[in-house]
Amino acid sequence: MTAALAPAEAPLLSVRDLRKHFDLRRGLRRLTGDAQRHALRAVDGVSFDLRRGETLGVIGESGCGKSTLGRTILRLIEPTGGEVRFDGVDLGTLDKAGLKALRRRMQIVFQDPYASLNPRRTVEQIVGLGLSIHEPRPAAAIRAAVVDTLGRVGLSSAHLQRYPNQFSGGQRQRIGIARALILNPEFVVCDEPVSALDVSIQAQILALLEQLKRELGLTYLFISHDLAVVAHVSDRVAVMYLGQIVELGPSRSLLREPAHPYAQALLAAVPRIDGAPAARQRLAGDVPSPLAPPAGCRFHPRCPHAMAVCRQAPPTPRTIAPGHVVACHLYEGGAA
Amino acid sequence: MEGAARAARADSILAANLQDFARNRVALGATVVVALFALMAAFAPWIAPQDPYASDLFRRLQPPAWMEGGEWAYPLGCDALGRDILSRVIYGSRVSMFIGVAVMLIAATVGALAGLAAGYLRGATDVVVSRIVDILLSFPYLILAIGLMATMGPGLGNIVLALVIKEWVLPCRIVRAETLAAREMEYVEAARALGASSRHIMLREILPNVLSPLIVVSTFRMATIIIMEASLSFLGLGVQPPVPSWGSMVADGRQFLIGAWWVSTLPGVMILVLVLAINLASQGLRDAFDPRLRR
Repeated sequence: MTAALAPAEAPLLSVRDLRKHFDLRRGLRRLTGDAQRHALRAVDGVSFDLRRGETLGVIGESGCGKSTLGRTILRLIEPTGGEVRFDGVDLGTLDKAGLKALRRRMQIVFQDPYASLNPRRTVEQIVGLGLSIHEPRPAAAIRAAVVDTLGRVGLSSAHLQRYPNQFSGGQRQRIGIARALILNPEFVVCDEPVSALDVSIQAQILALLEQLKRELGLTYLFISHDLAVVAHVSDRVAVMYLGQIVELGPSRSLLREPAHPYAQALLAAVPRIDGAPAARQRLAGDVPSPLAPPAGCRFHPRCPHAMAVCRQAPPTPRTIAPGHVVACHLYEGGAA
Repeated sequence: MEGAARAARADSILAANLQDFARNRVALGATVVVALFALMAAFAPWIAPQDPYASDLFRRLQPPAWMEGGEWAYPLGCDALGRDILSRVIYGSRVSMFIGVAVMLIAATVGALAGLAAGYLRGATDVVVSRIVDILLSFPYLILAIGLMATMGPGLGNIVLALVIKEWVLPCRIVRAETLAAREMEYVEAARALGASSRHIMLREILPNVLSPLIVVSTFRMATIIIMEASLSFLGLGVQPPVPSWGSMVADGRQFLIGAWWVSTLPGVMILVLVLAINLASQGLRDAFDPRLRR
């Protein structure tokens, strides 16, 4: 798959077989318990490349590992295995200082505009933190840079000395974006940046993110469970199910003609506004526990097309169209 | 603008909390009483009508001024050595206030740092700190303090040390628990994503958020610390004579309780009033700073 996916230029971010298994054993059980049985496989073998200036949308149900993926890429969570290369540098080989230096180039915008701003710090302190860590300079210079960045996100110097509780959700999210952008990062993980906001505010924040991307040449990993949002912002889309990417392709074709049965079900679940009869195809059952993912294809217990082979062997990703990869046995015959 | 900022809200959480506190009359009154005790301790030499150390054997067990045989120069009477009780009570507030404040501040600082380290760094640090805390908690407070005082010998510094050795445990537990919750907040993750050091995260991001419970529990504990000092002095292990301490004054008057009740009673009343005032004030603080605990 990599050969077909490889873009002309070197990717800004390259993720290979990334895994994060949370060890749920407590205390002495860590010595005695079965590591395999108590490992929560939040991210289990994810690979993709991200070109500079591109937006990759990641969609999936809650609990599928979307957020863990974003945090593991940024090394906010230590991965269990796999490799993340940022601009050619393997993050796993970096020491503390090296990682700190790279942090200014990759940032994150969080979902919850309430929990993500420290209630006891002023806007100036929150937004200026990155500068005071990476480019220590006099308070006046930091303040000038903070005012500049606040201007970019639609806030002003009048807000400097205020505390987060004096702002609305949308304004708080703007502060969170300013905090991430003050260091001029190249890559930003947007972890459900609008899902906690009112619909009217969502559009404003999405427009702001798009505008900033154009102005600053940003590359986004855009995590969301909202298909409309992902369709709006993404160049390419990855569909996650139980810690794995089941389909990855150009956002236009993937969202119009999803290939993987799970992606089809996910898209069919969106209520349609054009009055067309909802061809809703209900999935039976719940998402299986990531503690004990099903053998073979992880989706087979709920898949309407499940075959014998699906219960036995995990599907290998196949390229079904240029840049469009699916991990499903239905496409293993000769489609590729 | 998206939903105009809630302009009416106070600038900071701290300011809002202090406003809440100021509206609580009982707590405010109690705070004034504690402040009066503090002033009394600070200005003892100017307030005390007599020299607290001067004994006049002709005034041995002289009753308070309003009783037969009393005189207004010695308003609360005299003790068994003929020393003015009011003056000694005023000077005694210095010992109580000093020990209460010193032990509280040292214990809160040590406990907060240990709790932050244990709660944020987890791992070996947490195991070591938490085990020490558990061990100290298993000792009865007074017995431990008596043992330490018996080993180290009396003296103001030793009392502070003996009490701090156990007293830091409570702020430590509170701060550790609050830190465990705070370290999972996204603002801590955001600071880590920006490359902030553990030190910055503990002291600048988490500490301000655990300060309220720390202040509340520390002021509560100050009352206990004052009782502990009085207990040690009562047992003769604390401040040594002739320095006046409320605890030792109560002990001195014990044998004359029937004939000269005022010798023990008045310092006892002072302990009661100060401890009660501290408790009421800290209860008000708790209500203002931690609405979750409000009944």
